Amino acid sequence: MLHDLSIGELAERLAGRKVSSLELTRHFLDRIERLNPALNALVTVTADAALASAREADRRLAAGERGRLLGIPLIHKDIFCTDGVRTSCGSRMLEGFIAPYDATIVARLKAAGAVMLGKANMDEFAMGSSNETSFYGPVRNPWDPAKVPGGSSGGSAAASAARLAPYTTGTDTGGSIRQPAALTGVTGVKPTYGRVSRYGMIAFASSLDQAGVLAQSAADAAAVLEVMAGFDPKDSTSVDVPVPDYPALLEAPLEGLKIGLLREFFDGLEARNARLIRDALEVLTSLGAKTLEVSLPHLPMSVPTYYVVAPAECSSNLSRFDGVRYGYRCKEPVDLTDLYERSRGEGFGAEVKRRIMTGTYVLSAGYFDAYYLKAQKVRRLITDDFRAAFEQVDLLAGPTTPTPAFAIGAKVDDPVTMYLNDIYTIGANLAGLPGVSAPCGFVDGLPVGLQLIGPHFSEAKLLCAAHRFQRATDWHTRRPPGYE
Amino acid sequence: MSLTRRDVEKIAHLARLKITEQEMPVYVRSLSSIVEFVNELARVDTESVEPMAHPLIGQHQRLRPDVVTQGDQHEKYQRNAPQVQAGLYVVPRVIE
Repeated sequence: MLHDLSIGELAERLAGRKVSSLELTRHFLDRIERLNPALNALVTVTADAALASAREADRRLAAGERGRLLGIPLIHKDIFCTDGVRTSCGSRMLEGFIAPYDATIVARLKAAGAVMLGKANMDEFAMGSSNETSFYGPVRNPWDPAKVPGGSSGGSAAASAARLAPYTTGTDTGGSIRQPAALTGVTGVKPTYGRVSRYGMIAFASSLDQAGVLAQSAADAAAVLEVMAGFDPKDSTSVDVPVPDYPALLEAPLEGLKIGLLREFFDGLEARNARLIRDALEVLTSLGAKTLEVSLPHLPMSVPTYYVVAPAECSSNLSRFDGVRYGYRCKEPVDLTDLYERSRGEGFGAEVKRRIMTGTYVLSAGYFDAYYLKAQKVRRLITDDFRAAFEQVDLLAGPTTPTPAFAIGAKVDDPVTMYLNDIYTIGANLAGLPGVSAPCGFVDGLPVGLQLIGPHFSEAKLLCAAHRFQRATDWHTRRPPGYE
Repeated sequence: MSLTRRDVEKIAHLARLKITEQEMPVYVRSLSSIVEFVNELARVDTESVEPMAHPLIGQHQRLRPDVVTQGDQHEKYQRNAPQVQAGLYVVPRVIE
């Protein structure tokens, strides 16, 4: 079936005119119509625009143009501005907001001929690990509708897992691509900080946010990342480093690749999850890699560090939502202060308000040194630990999450319990490192992810290791029941 | 609890967020919980460690030439505005 094909296979069929982009687009729009109601993975479906893009792609293909992504559908996380299309960021604050421009990654994928089917649901303003904070309702995990898909790119992950599109885009600030990828059994890639443009990506925490992809395989993710990545003069944190041809580098041999196993990742990890990770590592060693135990002594401080830095940055970034120029405005404000306070009080959900207030507190006079400055120092210690580890090994490996998907509603009462879901992913964001999560098995019928983290700009090596793993295993080809 | 109701009222005011009477105890509890959690950071020895604002080394704020690259597009950008008049954003009276 068309939704079982890889990006490479789809590109081949499109080039050989065995299938048209229009047929492909209709196929996925039909799947969305039938299957999305049970998942709530999409906030907006752009059927007419998708068909128009598909026709345009077919015109380009007929004229002899070729491209890895030309004519292939995708779904964008609703955090990316999409010209003329609602961009809600999972919030009431932007319920009616029609983006007046395309984010850079949206424009790049569009130029490559990608066909946008719609916008994926997400935790509000990317704050969450379960897609339960969305104003548009929770997203359900296709593997078990009573379970969360993870977050904040929960809609993107669920849509990829359910094959509502061949691939989806996401963002990762504390694990928001990798964690939902692990919980839904897809391959998620968070690039190095500065690798992919943040222009047009609604900002949560500016020193942590990165855009990436959730796909069926590392090979597919490589094709998408190659188009998304690259210097953008419109993003002042974009790094001017050439983009390797990731797909061309996937088959490099793993002989001699040194993989570090973080002691801190395995301490206290539940036995069945730990077994799957160790089995996955055995596959990699059978392919020629070597494993070494390493330790990052400050890593256990990564979650408290993050929950000072990220809220601080978010309190600043979300101050632009004031009911004045765009976004939600309260009814009949009596004065300017009332306008600000009620527009923001009513427009934002509880988790967002919690984080804004946490951030405001840690930046406020009398607390700045003890919290924000302190956190920035601990951030350096964590980053230095990673750097030291990468002097001994090429990549780090471990679990992506402490457990598989948990039940919807199970963790909403205590924010800190929810925050600990990101315990394995957050370090990479603080240090700006790239990371990949690839499916490596099941516990109680729910997917488990293997995480690989690399030094800055080592995406090619990460994708290669994940790809070689996927050539030797078939976890990434499994389908949730009912979504075959 | 690490934060009092007064603390939360002050923070909410700084952040220009209206917290209702009903919501207040919930926020006092959850913010206290978060602050207690991040207080862990005090245990780390950061003597003579420089704060890190940016995760990559050797990167600095790029500048660009001070030339206009995009013209006036205010009509397009103001399409999302709640209330606009003569190209200006309308808000409740600020100055008495």
